[in-house]
Amino acid sequence: MSITGSQIDGVAVATAPAARKRRLSKSLKKRLIPWLFISPFIILFLTFTLFPMLFSVYLSVHEWNPVAGLSSMEYVGLANYQLTLTDPWLWQSLYNTVWLAVVSGVPQHLLAIPVAYLLVTGLRGGLRHFYTAFMFIPYITSTVAVSLIFFSIYSANSGILNQMLLGLSDMPVFSWFFSWVPDVMPIRWLTSSDLLKPSIAMVVIWKYTGFNIVVYSAGFLTVSRDLYDAARVDGCNRWQQFWHVALPMIRPFVFFAVTLTIIGNLQLFEEPFVLTQAQSGGVAQAGLTASYYLYLVGWQWLEMGSAAAISWILFLFIAIATSVHFYFNGRKGLGEDR
Amino acid sequence: MKFQLMAGLASLVMLGASASADEIVFDGFPDFNSHLDILIPDYEETHPGVSISYRMNQHGDHHKKLTTNLATGSGAGDVVVVDVSFVGSFINAGGFENLSSPEYGADAMSEDFVGYAWSQGKGADGNQYAIPVDIGPGVMYYRRDLAESVGADMEKAITDWDSYIEYGRKLKEKNVYLIADAADVAQIIIYTTIKDGEGYYFDENGKPLVTSERFVKAFSVAKQIRDEGLDGQIQAWTNEWYEGFKNGTVATQLSGAWLLGHLQNWMAPDTAGLWGASNLPDGIYGSWGGSFLAIPKQAKNKKEAWEFIKYLTNTSEAQLAGMKNIGSFPALTGTYGDAAFEESIDFLDGQKARLLFAEVANKVPAVAPRKGDLIADDLVIRGALYEVLNDGKDVEAALRDAERLIKRRVK
Repeated sequence: MSITGSQIDGVAVATAPAARKRRLSKSLKKRLIPWLFISPFIILFLTFTLFPMLFSVYLSVHEWNPVAGLSSMEYVGLANYQLTLTDPWLWQSLYNTVWLAVVSGVPQHLLAIPVAYLLVTGLRGGLRHFYTAFMFIPYITSTVAVSLIFFSIYSANSGILNQMLLGLSDMPVFSWFFSWVPDVMPIRWLTSSDLLKPSIAMVVIWKYTGFNIVVYSAGFLTVSRDLYDAARVDGCNRWQQFWHVALPMIRPFVFFAVTLTIIGNLQLFEEPFVLTQAQSGGVAQAGLTASYYLYLVGWQWLEMGSAAAISWILFLFIAIATSVHFYFNGRKGLGEDR
Repeated sequence: MKFQLMAGLASLVMLGASASADEIVFDGFPDFNSHLDILIPDYEETHPGVSISYRMNQHGDHHKKLTTNLATGSGAGDVVVVDVSFVGSFINAGGFENLSSPEYGADAMSEDFVGYAWSQGKGADGNQYAIPVDIGPGVMYYRRDLAESVGADMEKAITDWDSYIEYGRKLKEKNVYLIADAADVAQIIIYTTIKDGEGYYFDENGKPLVTSERFVKAFSVAKQIRDEGLDGQIQAWTNEWYEGFKNGTVATQLSGAWLLGHLQNWMAPDTAGLWGASNLPDGIYGSWGGSFLAIPKQAKNKKEAWEFIKYLTNTSEAQLAGMKNIGSFPALTGTYGDAAFEESIDFLDGQKARLLFAEVANKVPAVAPRKGDLIADDLVIRGALYEVLNDGKDVEAALRDAERLIKRRVK
């Protein structure tokens, strides 16, 4: 746009002053109009992204009970950070967050990559689209609805999961593997501190694997048939084609998907919130993730300054995790070596 | 053109007029709307020029909205509902009108209300900031059929916690749980056996009390119930909880009187006649829940808001209508002599339970909420207590840890 503007200016030099003035205002208009068109985004960005972000920095060095109004803010320096960093519940919540990020993150990819490969190599167009769409459904379903359904599934006395396990322990062959089940019933998936995290992780895996399948399907589709043909000529079997040809070729996709998983999982909130019935992170705070904790501190305990400090600590944490990931995988991941 | 101008002017004038008319906005959560739908038309008729509208949000969202409104100083209604669990944090923060001041003169009505509820609406400075509109006298609901099946006398069973647990042991032989969640027992002991001058979690000087005898006792009784396998480990407000009421696998529930409305309307309507209500075990009197009305400082129409609050809280008509319309129990003691209290309740096998509720309401000790109560509640009830019950952590160690956390957070 600016190029067009300067061209017009160039022409304008040769004309009479009045016309020049008109052209100038015209060129000014031309320069402003693009801004007008992108102003909705800019206004929304400033109001709902940049301002809240700067405000939370400001907030994090103040003590503020929101109920007391804006005027009650009190400058406390770094006290919020100091309080937060020595807070046992914060460390507990960070530990939970990392635990959940790893345990619910890794299986998503270990499942999604082979499934996507089978879909792409084994199925033709229409059917593949159908299956991919089918497995994508959990991702577009409301997290709260999903979590509520899982809450019922996990229910100790009447939940379908425990009933299924009991059923299996009665069946001829399976009873070999499930004979221990009746002894430990009812299994309290959501109200014992050691089962709560795995139960949450299951929901996350179920919900996000489909998304990764779509990403990896797109990845495998970009791999040219010629490469497989060449590999076959060299005597590769199917497994070797997958391992030595397909997998290296989709590295950028793995990098992309893993990055999204890291960021998403470190911000986990809805699943643990619903599955613990908003009871402050569940038994022994085993389901208290960092975002859950900052919600609790800000909205339940009404300490906005402290909550803002937690959110910046969480931000720093995610930034470090992502940059470690970028450092080790970024170069190859972005495909610069190809 | 001229016509348009006139029309514009006219609408401006009308706008101005509607803004200056006495319009009250009421912010609350369901079921208040069902109640207001019935009361507002009458009120507007007897108060010409006043118009009332309401905005309802779910319980949690309502308090979040109110928090944001108070934070920014804008957007709150003229009358707002505050749940008892939030009232301590909200009224001590300075966002509400001081109703003890001469313009309002709320103190003159203090005698009309249930004592404990009135003092819950008092700020730490001794002024009244919120007026109780409904209360939740604590009672024990129990299944009559289950008590009969083990030949238990409920009056004896509630003598003290030992007899209550003994009743549970008999039930266990029949595979029936004494109570859904042992944590309820700890909670009610913590909330009720408070010494004079103490708060729920803090003493007069703001020192946490959580390692005191009251908490140790509360935790120990709950732990005993849990360890003997007498409770179902069932969380409240889940399908399993409702199932327990329907199927008769849970024999008692300690709760506010309001649970009756839920039981008979949707939780377990088919069990009508099988239930009874009694005092809480161990001769304690406590409360569960309750709501308050307050006027935010930012309200536009404070005078009329106050008149409406007085109508809702301090007239038998509105208070009894609340009991009839939405099953909320009156905070106004003058209503307890009303004929409605003599009605026998079919769901409770003809028991005149409202008399019991009123008796409990008058005996609940007054405890003023303190600033850190919300935090302490989370750290003690939802933190330490479940670590003791579900993870087998030592009672005293759990309470010591909770105290340390409270001291860090509450200054």
